[in-house]
Amino acid sequence: MALAPAENAVANSIALDIEGVTHHYDLDGRNLQVLDDVSLVIEPGEFVALLGPSGCGKSTLLRLAAGLETPTVGNVLEDGLPIAAPNPDRILVFQDATLFPWRTVRDNVAIGLEARGLIREREYRIDEVLKLVKLEGFADVYPHQLSGGMAQRAALARALVNDPKLLLLDEPFGKLDSLTRLRMQNELLDLWKSAGFTALLVTHDVEEALLLADRVIVLSDRPASIVAEVRVDRPHPRRRDDAGLVALRRELLEKLGISHDV
Amino acid sequence: MSAAIEGTFGGAGRRSLALPVTGLWRNGLLAAGTWLLASAVTYGLPDVITWGATELFAIVTLLGAAFFLVLSVTVHRLGGLGRTLVHYGPWFIVLGLWLAIWEVLTAKLGWLPKPFFSPPQGLLHVYVTDWERLLICVAYTGRLWGLGFFSGILVGFAGGVALGWSKRFAYWGMPLLKLIGPVPASAWIPCTFFLFPTTFHASIFLVALASGIPVAILTAAGVGQVNRSFYDVARTLGASNRFLIFKVAIPASLPNVFVGVFMGLYYSFAVLVVAEMLGAKFGLGWYLQFNTAYSAYANVYAALIIMALICAGLVRLLFVVRDRLLGWQKGIL
Repeated sequence: MALAPAENAVANSIALDIEGVTHHYDLDGRNLQVLDDVSLVIEPGEFVALLGPSGCGKSTLLRLAAGLETPTVGNVLEDGLPIAAPNPDRILVFQDATLFPWRTVRDNVAIGLEARGLIREREYRIDEVLKLVKLEGFADVYPHQLSGGMAQRAALARALVNDPKLLLLDEPFGKLDSLTRLRMQNELLDLWKSAGFTALLVTHDVEEALLLADRVIVLSDRPASIVAEVRVDRPHPRRRDDAGLVALRRELLEKLGISHDV
Repeated sequence: MSAAIEGTFGGAGRRSLALPVTGLWRNGLLAAGTWLLASAVTYGLPDVITWGATELFAIVTLLGAAFFLVLSVTVHRLGGLGRTLVHYGPWFIVLGLWLAIWEVLTAKLGWLPKPFFSPPQGLLHVYVTDWERLLICVAYTGRLWGLGFFSGILVGFAGGVALGWSKRFAYWGMPLLKLIGPVPASAWIPCTFFLFPTTFHASIFLVALASGIPVAILTAAGVGQVNRSFYDVARTLGASNRFLIFKVAIPASLPNVFVGVFMGLYYSFAVLVVAEMLGAKFGLGWYLQFNTAYSAYANVYAALIIMALICAGLVRLLFVVRDRLLGWQKGIL
């Protein structure tokens, strides 16, 4: 199944190489190390989940991949070239939808095209992606009129309209209710299959990681380093009561330092 | 007085009789009553001192009473305007009472004496006899205010965005702004005399300063408070610095900017009097000073009312502009 998106991987996705990355933050003069020698190779079109305790530095890894920051030590490479600045090829979707409240859904989705001066040529894409995330009826609505799930869909549409080759997802469903979350997980999976981008998902939800990803990377507490790597060779759609997944879940929870009884 | 009492009681009586009839505006009838009272008091009682326009004022209030009487029947057919009138009904009632009391305390009993106080017909007299000069003053003040206010908020807005956006700009600019901010306008007069070619330019500068400083401070604060993740989102979507300023920072801080503009509007009116001290030949501020010097307080009150009405009108207008630009806030606030 992991091969299916790889067919059109050449144009739609990129490889991400994280080479020996260590990262520090300077907080009020106090040095805070968040990443410790993290190395990771992500194939084009692959769906990788980063699993770890809250505040361990997973989000920092995404910010580095997005180009919002550069690592203190080490390299982050996109198809072999160092990432120096943000680029709409690699788009970050946050836990909060962070839609611009003064813009309608349509105008929020249009931001990427506007910012790059492509709005004239590709305006038709806006309606396409709105349809893709099932928001075609809400194009002219302001963000505060949307529910949490709809807002997060709009944020996804805002990313997808730029045809990203790497989608960086920072706990995108973390604040949604459990039913909406299940629905959104399936929708994300469909989008990933049809669009063929590389996906890097940060989550602290073991089931979410197992349901979606080809590979789950377990990170330690801060400063984060890679503790384990688990390949999930199950076809989609996956069932959460699949015996293989249940076994993997137990394994992952153990790696995260949580006992068998959970 | 008896006519007035009859008037109010008559109004009340008719109201209770007519209450079952649909579409009768009760507050309109009461307003007609109080205005009739004001008219009757003005006309029926002798003045302590003679004032120019006593009869005219009685007629005006009588017309007001008739107006409300007609409205009390027809107001429900006027749609939106009618609803606004109904909303302000209690105000119209109190306004009539206020006019009657004012009339009694000044012209009829003389408890509030000349020249410090003036009955309503005193003000009416000023409007009737001095309207030409007042109109010219309004025009002059309008020119000064318009030039000063708009240049002030424009510069204040641009400066505020720069202060909020650039750390270096804020490092030098913020302390200066905080020092300049509280200095009263009149303290600038010596400098402005030297710095500007004409007193008119100096006056514009004073108005601009008064309106620009709150706009600058609030814009800077607004730009500084913009949610950082908005910038992150825009940057990952390919936004340049220019885009971040004009499409993220400015729209996000616009609610703050409007607070600054409202404050600037009030300050600019407060400073008009000072600004028109500088060798102005016309203008409402000048009119106020000129007539204060001659103890013509009726003229002062008359001009003050005009200023207050213009200021209130502009505030209203600004609200309309704000609601147009910040329509997206509906439902958030």
